[in-house]
Amino acid sequence: MDPIIQVKDLSKSFGSNVVLSDINMEIGRNEVVVVIGPSGSGKSTFLRCLNLLETPQAGDITIEGRSLMDKGTKIEEVRAEVGMVFQQFNLFPHLKVIDNIMLSPMKVKKWTAEAARKKAMELLGKVGLADKANAYPTSLSGGQAQRVAIARALAMEPKIMLFDEPTSALDPEMIGEVLGVMKDLAREGMTMVVVTHEMGFAREVGNRIVFMEQGRILEISPPSELFDQPKHERTKAFLSKVL
Amino acid sequence: MADFRFDIIGEYFPLFMRGTLYTIGISLSGIILGSILGLAIGFGNLSKKWYLRLPMQGYIHFFRGTPLLLQIFIVHYGVVSNILGRTDAVVAAIVALALNAAAYTAEIYRAGIQSIDRGQSEAAKSLGMSHWQMMRYIILPQAIKRMIPAFGNEFIVLIKDSSLVAVIAAPELMYWAKGASSQYARVWEPYLTAALIYLTLTYSLNKLLIYLERKM
Repeated sequence: MDPIIQVKDLSKSFGSNVVLSDINMEIGRNEVVVVIGPSGSGKSTFLRCLNLLETPQAGDITIEGRSLMDKGTKIEEVRAEVGMVFQQFNLFPHLKVIDNIMLSPMKVKKWTAEAARKKAMELLGKVGLADKANAYPTSLSGGQAQRVAIARALAMEPKIMLFDEPTSALDPEMIGEVLGVMKDLAREGMTMVVVTHEMGFAREVGNRIVFMEQGRILEISPPSELFDQPKHERTKAFLSKVL
Repeated sequence: MADFRFDIIGEYFPLFMRGTLYTIGISLSGIILGSILGLAIGFGNLSKKWYLRLPMQGYIHFFRGTPLLLQIFIVHYGVVSNILGRTDAVVAAIVALALNAAAYTAEIYRAGIQSIDRGQSEAAKSLGMSHWQMMRYIILPQAIKRMIPAFGNEFIVLIKDSSLVAVIAAPELMYWAKGASSQYARVWEPYLTAALIYLTLTYSLNKLLIYLERKM
């Protein structure tokens, strides 16, 4: 495996509350890793450590050979290569859809407006929302908003995409359209780390499934193994509840 | 009230008008300069660095915790006269009101910025934006919209409070009302006229604010 992300002895606590302890794992290039587990198990915090939206207390994260904990690493440069999609979409409500997507390529990567617009329209086409370019985010449905958020992250041409429960805030009938876009991405070889409760998606798209509980990784296995022959009692108990 | 003397109002009318212009000028300068200074203070107050945050908090506490009249006296007799080498009531009035307004607008900026959902800054950061880019393109455009009513209210408060500078003889509306009152030993004519003018100013400003809010 050619690791693009390496996590070593990662620990994080909020006050006296330990959220992550001694997380170790490697994520390979073009790999899709799905993180599952009960709520409060630390899976979102783990994901948010990967682009330093949360600062770990101990351990190290290396992305493309660059340590995030190294003082010399410019975190903005790392974040520009790591896209993130949030549960609540977090589109910028004061900007039109197209400007939501164009802003970062222009300001961070210094693209021309022309180049950014071309890229944005191409991505909007890809997520099936070319007709919404001039709409404001408030006029979109949840599923549309999340697809725009994915396009916005992709406009930076990231090497890795992080998904933090991307369908948890959606009405059931809109989950499919967002998962569809994510499946396409996976098929194109995007390296993805996905925190989700969508077990069908995990089984179908994930190369490896990570089961977390109480801030620890209990099991990492390919989906067929984890879902059909879970090693750990806790994994079994969790799966019997959600499947 | 039967002997209401309109002639006093007539005689003082040009001075009342000039005073009103001073009132508007002093208040407007106060809110504009105060807003600029308040932006720096508000940002300092939001800083994670204690040596930026503590002095700004001290500033805000001082100017919100002491009477404006006292601040006017200190600025007039202490600060401005020492710097200029002479007293200048209008300059002192503007400086005092600006320093005072800065403390209040600093809090408006802070509250406005903190009212923006965390998800907005997280999204901006995740896209690789620097702190400054995030503020400039994401946080401030949304926050300023929410701040406008609070700024309007602060301006209205400032128009009324600017009457205090009459005591250092800045020639604004209240100063001339007081002058007319002592010259003729009359209360109702000058003070009711001044009240009417203040009301007109604050009322029209309030209407303008409501219009602006609805338009946005």
